[in-house]
Amino acid sequence: MTRVGRVNPLTAIGVVLLVDLVLLLSLDAVTATVAILLAVAFAPLAGIPLHRLAVRTGAIVGGAVLVAVTVVLYGRTSGTVFLSAGFVEVSAGSVALAIATALRLIAIALPAVVLLTDLDATRLADALGQRLHLPDRFVLAGLAGVRLFEVLGEDWRTIALARRARGVGDRGRLRRLPGQAFTLLVVAIRRAVALATAMEARGLGAPGPRTWSRPSTFGRSDAVVLLVGAVVAGGSVAAGLTAGTYRLVFVS
Amino acid sequence: MTPARIEARGWGWRHGGRLAWAVSGLDLTVEPGERLLLLGASGSGKSTLLAALAGVLGDDQGETTGQLLIDGRPPAAGRAGFVLQDPESQVILPRVGDDVAFGPENLGVPVDEIRRRVPAALAEVGLDVPLRALAGRLSGGQKQRLALAGVLAMRPGLVLLDEPTANLDPGGVAEVRDAVVRASARAGTTLIVVEHRVATWQDHVDRVIVLGPDGVVADGPPRRVLSARGAELAASGIWVPGHDPRVAVTAVTGEGLIRTEALVVGRGRPVAVVGELGIDGGRLTAVTGRNGAGKTTLALTLGGLLPPVSGRVGATAALAAGLRGDPLRWRSRELLTRVAVVFQSPQHQFLASTVREELGVALGALRMPEARRRARVDELLERLGLVPLAEANPFTLSGGQQRRLSVGSALAAAPRLVVLDEPTFGQDARTWAALVRLLADVVRDGTAVVAVTHDELLVRGAHRTVVVARTAEEAA
Repeated sequence: MTRVGRVNPLTAIGVVLLVDLVLLLSLDAVTATVAILLAVAFAPLAGIPLHRLAVRTGAIVGGAVLVAVTVVLYGRTSGTVFLSAGFVEVSAGSVALAIATALRLIAIALPAVVLLTDLDATRLADALGQRLHLPDRFVLAGLAGVRLFEVLGEDWRTIALARRARGVGDRGRLRRLPGQAFTLLVVAIRRAVALATAMEARGLGAPGPRTWSRPSTFGRSDAVVLLVGAVVAGGSVAAGLTAGTYRLVFVS
Repeated sequence: MTPARIEARGWGWRHGGRLAWAVSGLDLTVEPGERLLLLGASGSGKSTLLAALAGVLGDDQGETTGQLLIDGRPPAAGRAGFVLQDPESQVILPRVGDDVAFGPENLGVPVDEIRRRVPAALAEVGLDVPLRALAGRLSGGQKQRLALAGVLAMRPGLVLLDEPTANLDPGGVAEVRDAVVRASARAGTTLIVVEHRVATWQDHVDRVIVLGPDGVVADGPPRRVLSARGAELAASGIWVPGHDPRVAVTAVTGEGLIRTEALVVGRGRPVAVVGELGIDGGRLTAVTGRNGAGKTTLALTLGGLLPPVSGRVGATAALAAGLRGDPLRWRSRELLTRVAVVFQSPQHQFLASTVREELGVALGALRMPEARRRARVDELLERLGLVPLAEANPFTLSGGQQRRLSVGSALAAAPRLVVLDEPTFGQDARTWAALVRLLADVVRDGTAVVAVTHDELLVRGAHRTVVVARTAEEAA
């Protein structure tokens, strides 16, 4: 278990929401850059080495670059115009906006990458049941659903092979999709019914209060993560304000 | 908890929307600590009785008559421990320790007590894995023992087992059976086992009860019931030792169909080394090996569905019939008359909304004229014993019927090679014989039949056995 695995899932989700809310409200390169730097600096502390962080954020960085290119080419024109060709107009303003947008995307994704990718479904269910006092059946059914989901991936591959064996595998991928999805749905429902019976057979719904054998607690790691979250959110906004670049989303 | 006493007085149950009663007029007393084997032909209501005792038959699912009592009270969730047939659908939580704790948690057992019970229950079933081990990665036999541990941790006075070993290889069967016997002996719980295969349990239970359409048909110590009623029970489909159904599968000289070269099968990663293997028409080849040895992977690879990890699966000119390349490269429709694969779970393969249409799918894809298609489907319905169910939805059939249907749909287009994954699974002695007779017929027509199977009786009837292991070896 990584160090972040000791943090209560509710804390992890709460901190991600907090940091992301702050970043969503701001739209400038300095705030986003500082948020990224702080998140990257704290990641090893959370038990996630930088190379693993790089692997996990690869797709997001790629997406951010694509978004940036779009904004550069089509973003609102202001300041010096570097290039103009039809709809495309590259200006100082659109370049700055592109950089800010890309950095903001990465900054918003990073806290979730650090805190939520190792999220353990069982511990989340424990926390939802014990701390938020959501109904037992609801929480446990959701947890069982997570496990069912793993099995369904295997089902999907098997169904594709099975249809080839039945002589209906020649049609294009897209045209095959509805039939295959329907079979998966039927298989999934049957699995769910079987799982529900198994859960009832193990006393789900027995009278009297349920016990939780894994206490869901808040401890020192939660306080640390909360503090770090506050530092990332506060630090980045402070940096933006100091540099004079801070811009609230709603104000143009 | 003290062993439970069960009492049924004129008890009956009818599933919602059905005309016939699943169980009716049942009078039965089971004394505390008794170990009982419950027998009956398919549809005699064994599983219904078990589900009712386990408290998982809801009032909204049907209607009931008479009385069914555990220690003088009606059954309720958590009063009895219940282990079902399918290992896959009984793993509830991702980690072994958490999964065992699930039952006691639901019963409100104090946390300290749960922490004591979980390792004790795992030790009782002989499952020696870390508490944090991922349950999904266990073998079938291990998963069943995990389910049993989850039930034992609830300390029930009554343990109910519904064909707990049906999905397992022979090694897994013994492992689960021994765990049940050991645990029930130690705790002295009342035990009820439903099982088609008498041999697994007859020396480990005190009493055998045979259920019929109107309640108990036979009741007594195993030896007495089986010697007095053995033949009759076997005729109704129960697997009674010494009364095995006999079907001769005659080999004929057939053409060579498949030649493998330095074949290694797997999904991405190598699972089993098969090497050189030739499959000829007119023969039944059994593929055996432990759970997880790579038998299914080999079946799918031979059937042209999965690419080999290395080496190749080549078709002879007789099988290719004008096509070029390996079966893996053939089009789905081209496979129909050449290679058929019947999957382990029939549900993955169903395509139509009635049994009749299901049997006609391949013939439709081959554009066979309507009249000939109808005749062929009628013939198959007859031979599979599915005539009364021709208009039923395939998904609503019993497990054994589904299996026969999927075998029938594969045979419809008369392929030269048929690869079947566990074809006899879930069959009672009667339907087993019907199914093997069907396979014997196509073998006699020169078709090659390859069956992946744990079924020792089927292996005995095969002309050749391939044992799949890390390195595949060929026996006799």
